[in-house]
Formats: sequence, C-alpha cells, structure tokens
Amino acid sequence: MNKPLNILLVGVGGQGTILASKILAHVGQFAGYDIKVSEIHGMAQRGGSVVTQVRMSNKVFSPIIEDGEADVVIAFEKLEGLRWMSYVKPGGALVVNDQAIFPVPVLAGLVEYPRDIPGYIKSKVKNAVIFDALKIARECGNSKAANVVLVGVLASLLPFSEDSWTKALEARIPARFIEVNKVAFQAGYALGLKAQ
Amino acid sequence: MKELLTGNAAIARGAFENGVAVASGYPGTPSTEILENFSGYEGIYAEWAPNEKVALEVAIGASMAGVRSIATMKHVGVNVAADPLMTAAYTGVNGGLVVISADDPGMHSSQNEQDNRNYARFAKIPMLEPSDSVEAKAMIGVALDISEEFDIPVLFRITTRVAHSQGLVELGEPIDKPVKEYKKDTKKWLMIPAFGRLRRNSLTERIERLEAYSNQSPLNFIVPGDSKVGVITSGISYQYVREVFPEASVLKLGMTFPLPGQLISKFAAGVERLLVVEELEPYLEEFIRLQGHKVAGKEFFPETGEFNAAVVKKGFVAAGLMPATGINQPIKPEDMPTVPVRPPVLCAGCPHRGVFYTLRKMKLLVSGDIGCYTLGGLPPLDGMDSCVCMGASISMAHGIEKAVPALGEKTVAVIGDSTFLHSGITSLLDVVYNKGNTNVIIVDNGITAMTGHQHNPATGKTLMGKNAPLVDLEALVKALGVNRVSVLDPLNLAQLEATIKEELIADEPSVIIARRPCVLIEKKANPPVTVQEDLCTGCKACLKLSCPAISVLDKLCAVDPESCTGCNLCLQVCKFNALKKGGIVNE
Ligand SMILES: Cc1ncc(C[n+]2csc(CCOP(=O)(O)OP(=O)(O)O)c2C)c(N)n1
Repeated sequence: MNKPLNILLVGVGGQGTILASKILAHVGQFAGYDIKVSEIHGMAQRGGSVVTQVRMSNKVFSPIIEDGEADVVIAFEKLEGLRWMSYVKPGGALVVNDQAIFPVPVLAGLVEYPRDIPGYIKSKVKNAVIFDALKIARECGNSKAANVVLVGVLASLLPFSEDSWTKALEARIPARFIEVNKVAFQAGYALGLKAQ
Repeated sequence: MKELLTGNAAIARGAFENGVAVASGYPGTPSTEILENFSGYEGIYAEWAPNEKVALEVAIGASMAGVRSIATMKHVGVNVAADPLMTAAYTGVNGGLVVISADDPGMHSSQNEQDNRNYARFAKIPMLEPSDSVEAKAMIGVALDISEEFDIPVLFRITTRVAHSQGLVELGEPIDKPVKEYKKDTKKWLMIPAFGRLRRNSLTERIERLEAYSNQSPLNFIVPGDSKVGVITSGISYQYVREVFPEASVLKLGMTFPLPGQLISKFAAGVERLLVVEELEPYLEEFIRLQGHKVAGKEFFPETGEFNAAVVKKGFVAAGLMPATGINQPIKPEDMPTVPVRPPVLCAGCPHRGVFYTLRKMKLLVSGDIGCYTLGGLPPLDGMDSCVCMGASISMAHGIEKAVPALGEKTVAVIGDSTFLHSGITSLLDVVYNKGNTNVIIVDNGITAMTGHQHNPATGKTLMGKNAPLVDLEALVKALGVNRVSVLDPLNLAQLEATIKEELIADEPSVIIARRPCVLIEKKANPPVTVQEDLCTGCKACLKLSCPAISVLDKLCAVDPESCTGCNLCLQVCKFNALKKGGIVNE
C-alpha cells in the first residue's frame, strides 16, 4: 500500500471511538503497515465532538487526514456524520450510526438539530451505510457493543482478513466481554456486506 | 515487536530506557500523559508537584544529586517555571536534566498559543524537537546525553500533534545509569552575583560548543531532493512537508537551538529557492534571514493556528511551487443544512454548575480561573467574567477592589482546588496582608478534573498510587489569616446564595469552600429526575442550568434518564414544581 488508507472515526465523547480505532490499528499493524493515529484529548472530551484519525501505508508522514481524503468516515452519531461528511473522498464510504445525541445549544432550543440527516447524506454520498447500531448491539446482547458493530461494518469495507479482525478483538477487548463483541462484530460485518 | 505509542508515551518510555530516575511535573494538556505513563515503570520515582516551578526545582535537585531527571509541563507551565529555568542554564547539571514543554498551536486546550522555542534562545539552553513518536523516544536519550556532556539543561519541545499522535515505536531495554557523585562546588551551584558572572561566561562557552555540535549532529539532516526548492523545517511541520511535497530538498532540524548555521548555509547554497515551514512564529526564518540568506516563510505559511497538510500545501501553492489541484475537492454542497456546534459542557451532575448558575443570577462580577469550571463561563450559564492564567482569579479580584471599591463590592473570585494549590495561595495571602475584602469561592471537586483526573495535595493520593496526607483547605486558608471560612454543598442553591450574600456584605476577606466530588469520580448516582408534564409550563427556566440531560424540545421539559445523575439542581430552579426527585411521581 503506497497511498495511505485513511479512516476517520467521529463521534461524541464516551461513545467508544477510541476502542474502535485501537482495533483498527491492531489489524493494520498485524498486516505489516506503518500506522499513525491522531486524536485530540482535553477540553473537547467534556461532551464535545471527538475525532480519531487512522492512517496506514508503507510509510506514513502526516498523522492527520485532510478534508476530502478519507477512504472511510465512520460516524458514531449522525450529526457528526453530517459535520465530517466532506472528508469522504470521491468514491469513499460513509458509515453512520443512526443515533442522535443533541448538543447543548439544541437541547436549549437555540438551534435546530437538522432533520432527516440520513436522507440528506444518502443524496450526497453514493456509498453511505446508515443504520441503528445501538439496536443491533442490543439484539446481540449489549448496547455497549454498538462501537464494535460499527467496526464490523468497517471491516467489510477494508482489505483485511476476517481472522485478523477476530485476533484484534481478542487483543483489545477484555475476555469477559469478548463473546458479545464477536457477535456484534459479525452482525456489523454481515450488514456491511449486504449494503455493498 | 513495535508498539503503537503516543508521543507522550514514547517520551515516557525513552526516559525509562535512558535511566531517568526522578520525574516531576504538573498536569496540563497536551503534556499530562508523559508522567502518567512514566509513573507505571519499575524502579523510578514520579510525582505531581503543585505547580511547574516546584516541579522543575525538584528535577534540578535530583540532577544536582546525580541522577537523570525530567520535568514535564504544558507551554504556559514553562512561564511558571521560568525563574528556575533561567538560572539552571547557569548552574548546569550533574545528572542529565530535560525540561519537556508541550506547546499547543491552535489552542485545542489552552488559553494562548505561545511559541516556547523562544525560551531556548532566552534561557540559552539547547532545544530538541521531535516530529513523531519514534523520534520522541530516541531524542529523549540524546537530550539526556547532551545535558550531561555540555553541563546544561535541555528544553524538549513538543506540540499537541506530536504529543497525542501515535506511531509504531521499537521498544528497547533500560540502561543502567549509576548515580553520579555529588561534590560540593559552590562556584557552580551557589548563584550569588560573583559566581553567577563566572557561570554566565561559562554559558557562552557551552553554547558555542553546542553550536558546533548542532552543525555535526545527526539530529539535523538533509533529505536530498530537487535542487529548485529547499525547505527548512522542524517538528510536526516536517511530516506535512514530506506528505505534500515529496520532491523538495528538505533540511530537517531536530535541534533548533543553537541552530546549525553552517549546515543551513551549506543547504541554502545548494538550492535555488529557500523556504521555511514552521508553525507559529518565524523563529527559524528570522535566524536564517539574519544569516544573510534570501528566505521566505510567513509570507506563505500562517503565523497563527495549527498546521496540517492542506495548510502547508496551500502555502506551497501560494509560493508558486505547485498547482492548486491535486487535493481532492471536498464535497461542500450549498444546500447543506447548518450543523450545530457541539461545544464542551459541564457534565450532567457536575458540582460546579450550581455555583455559576447562582453567580449569574446574582449578577456579580466573577473573576474566574482555569479548570473544568471555566465552562461555567459559557452561555447559558454565563457565570464568569474573566480567566487569564492559573491563580489569577483571586489576585485580579483584589486588584479590582483596590482600583474601584464599588466594583469590588460585587466581585467574587472562583478557583478550583488544584488551581488554588497551584498558585492561588499566595494571591489569597496578598488579599489578607493588604487588607483586601475579596470573597473567594474554592470549587473543591476533590480532583484535578480538567486534565483527566490527576491527584493533587487535596486528594490524599500520589501519582504513584500511594496514600498521602490530605491538605486541610479550611485550616490552610485560616492560617493565611482568613477569618470567615465556610464549607457548603454546591448542590444546595438556597444555602449557596445566602452564604454568598452574607460574605459580600462582610467587611473582610472570606472563603467559601463549595465541596462535592467530581461526578465522574464519585459515580453513585441518585435516580433520575422525572417531569410531571401537567405542571410544566415550558418556561425554560431549567435550561439556564446548561445541563446536557435537560431539554425543552416539544414545548415541555424533558429529562434524559440515561444521563441524569439525580443531582436535583433543576428541582430547585423550577418555579412550578414540575420536576420531581427520581422515584417520586405525582407527589
Ligand atoms: C500554568 C498552567 N499549568 C497547567 C494548566 C492546565 N490546567 C488548566 S486547569 C488545570 C487544573 C484544574 O483543576 P482544578 O482547579 O481542580 O479544577 P477542575 O478542573 O477540577 O474543575 C490544569 C492542570 C494551565 N492552564 N496553566
């Protein structure tokens, strides 16, 4: 891989974007790539938007992904999907969890949470997968595994073996949660394949 | 096996592998994780100091005693530590001493974006700047060696992107670093004027030798390329230059003080056009221009904010060095709905909330400070007038009162527990000593929350997880001479307001300790608040609390049971009794 693979994970503090990026990085490292991961800690974590950038290639220089350069954007919340939509490169994919977490200005009734984000995204991005990851995770046995459902969808879009994903899950998730997360991953993976 | 490490974790690893025995620091984004990582290694000592000056002095002492030591801090922390830093350059070291400054271009989590490369030139100490995690780990070792070889502290300057980006780093084994013997040497360590003058001359000599070193050092290297363009760069900017302009010749500077004048001249002579790509100030550019080279930099690359590959590319385009195309045109449709911002907010159940709600309601002038509680200054809470630097709340309130007493009468200072211990104590002493009348509220959530819950002298635990004596804030402020000291629960709005009123009238300084643990630490939540819809008028008074669990979307108030912690502040704000304590509906 000479041209870096750029994956942007966006969401709201506490949604598990960081674990997802760790699993992805593990897979990339296992495949022998150079990897850089970038995220900003601090002030934003108090309920603000969180962004994790993962780049992998034979040699990676910049740790950050530019606007219009992401192969895949995974949005753990749909408003964040809308915010970062432009980062998807032409021909790239946008995976969106159809969940709304209202920012305080919306809760306060000062601004409106945009209506029909999925409809809008679908009209602009050809390769958009939008679904309710929380619902699927709940069906798999634990709503906390929603982030791993999203990882499953991501896996279906990337050129790594299913086995390497399983190994990464085992390395990154505590043993007592691994079974439900494997089921969640599979559900996401199947959903991703069907969407393509 | 390589490990994916942040720059901060790589620095910690590098310090461990290179025999650092003592580390002291004060938390501050983006530096905090260096000590958090370092403290986990075997056979070392690491601590949180109450502030950066203390941290650096601890490290200087450790160095004097003969071990390798580091002090870590964010960029503004170096201001606090600048006093010992300036003179440590004179004394020099015994064991290697490295001061790590984590700068924050773009102000992701800071009150300014000062460029601390200036400190190296100011203090006359060598400076190293890694551009990723691999370099961060390796260069810590080099910095310690330089420190010992040249008898001088080294400034290790990183930026947010280096600190918080991860890269694959090869781990090594720790070296064994025996303690160097301490020999009494007052001409080196006792900086009275006569000896200071000697060390000042020695410093000039040490810097000259360091300049020769800089010209030879592999820390500064040339990446050969097209001779039409030569780019001089350092730190994270190097990565962006390589990303967007792989053809250019590049001089990558890992050691940016003293700068390698001869190497720069040699590089400049071999290229047709010379450009400097550096974040923040024209630090390299001015030096290079003073050397007599024709060079461009800030003409094309911004002097403010954080860089990325697109910014750097834009600069090269403006310089006529590459066509404007090549970067994908991002989709930016005109019909895109406005995307509401998602500003950070105080957590649901945060004990700080009630304080700022009350201060705003009382229409007071609030001299604020830095911490999570600074979020109390954002609308709709809007309960803070100012925030300049750590500790300033109390001293600024004192200044306000001395300047315009009528204004002072409706002024309060608000400061966090960690911030008070960092630099608020001396400010309060000033108030008492100079017969001020300032009213101080210490918002004591029992932790250093903003930077990710570090321990401090008021938490009873150390960085290394040991139990520690708990500073008694009441006794401390009394000992400073404050007679009026009260402790209350900030979730009790009526008591809070009554107490503030009382203290404002009193003709002497006062301290209110608003005490309740951070809601992220003490997780025992009450049942969530419920709404009795027939009583709710949709008046939106509850929204003034800026609570992420409360919304008024369909004309009536709604409380999200997932995020509500049952702090019950909203109950006290609702005039129609529409909000009910969890578990009690239709009372
Ligand atoms: C000189 C300096 N050092 C460090 C920081 C980073 N910093 C900002 S606030 C803060 C601590 C806040 O803790 P506390 O006062 O207890 O308030 P809390 O966040 O817990 O509400 C730190 C470490 C800074 N801004 N300036």
